[in-house]
Amino acid sequence: MLDIATPLLQVEKLEVNFGAVRALKGVSIEVREGEVVALVGANGAGKSTTLRTISGLSKPKSGRILFAGQSIGGRAPPQIVRAGIAHSPEGRRLFGALSVAENLRLGACTRTDADAVAKDTERMFTLFPILKERWRQLSGTLSGGEQQQLALARALMAAPRLLLLDEPSLGVAPLLVRHIFDALAELKRQGMTMLLVEQNIKLALELADRAYVLRTGFVALSGSSAELATSDRVAQAYLGAAQ
Amino acid sequence: MTEYILQQIINAISLGSLYALVAVGLSIVFGVLRLTNFAHGDVMMVGAFTTVLLIGLGVPFIPAMACGIAGAALAGFLIERIAYRPIRNAPDVTRLLTSLAVTYILENMGILLFTSSPRNFPLPDILNSSWQLWDGALTFTNINLLTIALTFVSLIGLGWFITRTTVGLGMRAAAEDMSAAQLVGLDVNRLIVVAFIVASAYAGLAGVLWAAQAGVVQPQMGFTPLLKAFVAAIIGGFGSIAGALVGGYVLGALEIFIVAFLPDSVSSYRDAIVFAVLIAFLLVRPGGLLKPNREIKL
Repeated sequence: MLDIATPLLQVEKLEVNFGAVRALKGVSIEVREGEVVALVGANGAGKSTTLRTISGLSKPKSGRILFAGQSIGGRAPPQIVRAGIAHSPEGRRLFGALSVAENLRLGACTRTDADAVAKDTERMFTLFPILKERWRQLSGTLSGGEQQQLALARALMAAPRLLLLDEPSLGVAPLLVRHIFDALAELKRQGMTMLLVEQNIKLALELADRAYVLRTGFVALSGSSAELATSDRVAQAYLGAAQ
Repeated sequence: MTEYILQQIINAISLGSLYALVAVGLSIVFGVLRLTNFAHGDVMMVGAFTTVLLIGLGVPFIPAMACGIAGAALAGFLIERIAYRPIRNAPDVTRLLTSLAVTYILENMGILLFTSSPRNFPLPDILNSSWQLWDGALTFTNINLLTIALTFVSLIGLGWFITRTTVGLGMRAAAEDMSAAQLVGLDVNRLIVVAFIVASAYAGLAGVLWAAQAGVVQPQMGFTPLLKAFVAAIIGGFGSIAGALVGGYVLGALEIFIVAFLPDSVSSYRDAIVFAVLIAFLLVRPGGLLKPNREIKL
């Protein structure tokens, strides 16, 4: 049993290099069970790299990633999905030549419990009713907002204990952004643990309990969303990289 | 004249079926690995030789052909494991040259084992016999019918596999976006192995049917069908399975109709005409028939 005091996800002094470029220079973050944590910061601060390293797409140079007390750093993505982390990547990365139904089916490809998968599919219809209407349509023909909803649903179909979300508002019409964040709020209410990367700092802090501000590969600032939302230092740290 | 046209259509479907079978395999492998597998033609050869040797030992045609297909699938599995897996993340040029090297190794092994002179393909009499309609105006041999029937059945099977099974869907997903496929938890290694086995089984079937129609087998027999299938796959849109299918039949029809309806002085340039048409076609539609918006990267 997981001790209440032990975070679900612990990232300790994570360093990641891309060739000669040091993308992460010792990032430490924690996400507790049931918590929504936001990673904010300017472009190139290392937000996506952090998520990609947690889900196994990028390899850490040093540092530790513990999930439910187990070290998962450097494992292959499918193993990490099986461990209970699903990643909805930046730019959605749907299988455009496959239908909505097929994308969701592949989202659940690590699971063998057909009944539970069918139940989760029904849950997705409640959360994102548009997916039911578009069921047989190729995902490449959906609008940006519809694709984002499908990307979220595809990640959720893995029945994760931790959901990594990279820029869920990117390329989505403003009206649908609200809709998507409502769905995320509903997920939070249901107890889903999330680590969220989001350019829209206002939306991110509204949804998240806590946030980390990344700046060129390290954590510049962290705290509760309420604190950070009223702090001038957020704006400074956020804009720091650009100045 | 009607009979003549009908006859040519049957011939076109028969030839197109062979091209489609080979091209589909090329596209499956290219899809998951972004690799132009030149050894695909030699896998055909493995299938054809296995079949011929077994028939020589007294095994009936159909079980011998089944073993030929299995032998080809095994060859594809081994090629992936031994030659391609170690260089999977190497630059494109390395992978292309490796695939050429595998071709030369297999062909020369074939020559060492069987010499380069053609061997007779011992087709059972029943498959050699033909049907005639309208006093011989329309003729089709049983091997032609078998080719068409087996192609249809196996391609319907492939259609079921890539649209209904998780592994098949996963193969298409990996062909589209390898990282995203990993992120949903697909085991890409396993998908690549399955892709090679499936593609090579289709090559084996095509190899047996090709040799049966030609009446001979020889170690370099894979070269021409590979080249033609390559053209077919490009016409359809390289990497697209449906495209390879369409491309195979388009190419088969093109070749048959050039010979059938153009004067001899022109039709002896059949292959030149086909490639000229290919170049002209690619100028207009560089991504192929079914993938109009993607560039082809070899």
